[in-house]
Amino acid sequence: MPNFADLEKGTEIGSRQIPVTRADLVAYAGASGDFNPIHWNERFATEVGLPGVIAHGMFTMGSAVQLVTDWVGDAGAIVDYQTRFSKPVPVLDADGAASPASGGNVISVAGKVGALDADARTARIDLTVTAPDTEGKDQKVLMKAQALVSFGKKPQVIKGSHHFR
Amino acid sequence: MAINQDIVGRIYPPAGTYTVGREKIREFAAAVKATSPLHFEVQAAQDAGYSDLIAPPTFAIILAQKADAALIQDPEAGIDFSRVVHADQRFTHHRPIVAGDELLTELHVDSVRVMGAGAMLTTREEITTLEGEAVATCISSLLVRAED
Repeated sequence: MPNFADLEKGTEIGSRQIPVTRADLVAYAGASGDFNPIHWNERFATEVGLPGVIAHGMFTMGSAVQLVTDWVGDAGAIVDYQTRFSKPVPVLDADGAASPASGGNVISVAGKVGALDADARTARIDLTVTAPDTEGKDQKVLMKAQALVSFGKKPQVIKGSHHFR
Repeated sequence: MAINQDIVGRIYPPAGTYTVGREKIREFAAAVKATSPLHFEVQAAQDAGYSDLIAPPTFAIILAQKADAALIQDPEAGIDFSRVVHADQRFTHHRPIVAGDELLTELHVDSVRVMGAGAMLTTREEITTLEGEAVATCISSLLVRAED
């Protein structure tokens, strides 16, 4: 875990690229229970006015926060996480390649400290999350993606759902 | 059919208990490309002070969307699922979700805001243990697009 005292507003926590293919969307659908056909059926997606199959917003939100998890080393320290879904992430039907022109797509994530609360010992990490649209132009796919990380004492979960002791 | 604004303030009780399984945590973590050992290795989670594997920060969406289904399928609500777009999502964790948890989800309809011919529906899912301990609060805003 980073040292809270070393953090300043603007401190960068790193960046990463997340490749996403149709297979990833099928896996996410199964894992999450979200079987909306816009995430796997091209015909259905275009019929409802989308450019084609798009990633689950929750796939993007869920994978983007891994940058924060890996930075802090303990997902349990992420006490709040929110976003607005601003643009879809198109996922073209081809495998291997990593641009929407040739299949799949790549989501880019970067994070920095957006705010610090010394009393609460929390750091708000602001994520910038972009992906190319079908024309290859980078779009902000999440807006106001903010994860609040607690550097305080963690709650004790001794035995699953049972009481704190 | 248009969304029924009378649903604001409605509370849908938990449909049943959700038991958090290790394999579901592993499957979900892999699906969001998580690699933290706290989602995969029981020993690593215990070394970090947890009783078992902890769930990734967005895992609660499984419970939230299950609860939302009760509303979307309620004919009185007048929501056409094929016209729903996820607009905003927030998770507040009162403590991490841990494998072995037995959880209940209560759905609250917080607001319906008419936007043109469509509507923005905001729901809140309160996730607790069977004993009533607060575990997570999810707030979801869904844009229900107008019919063509």
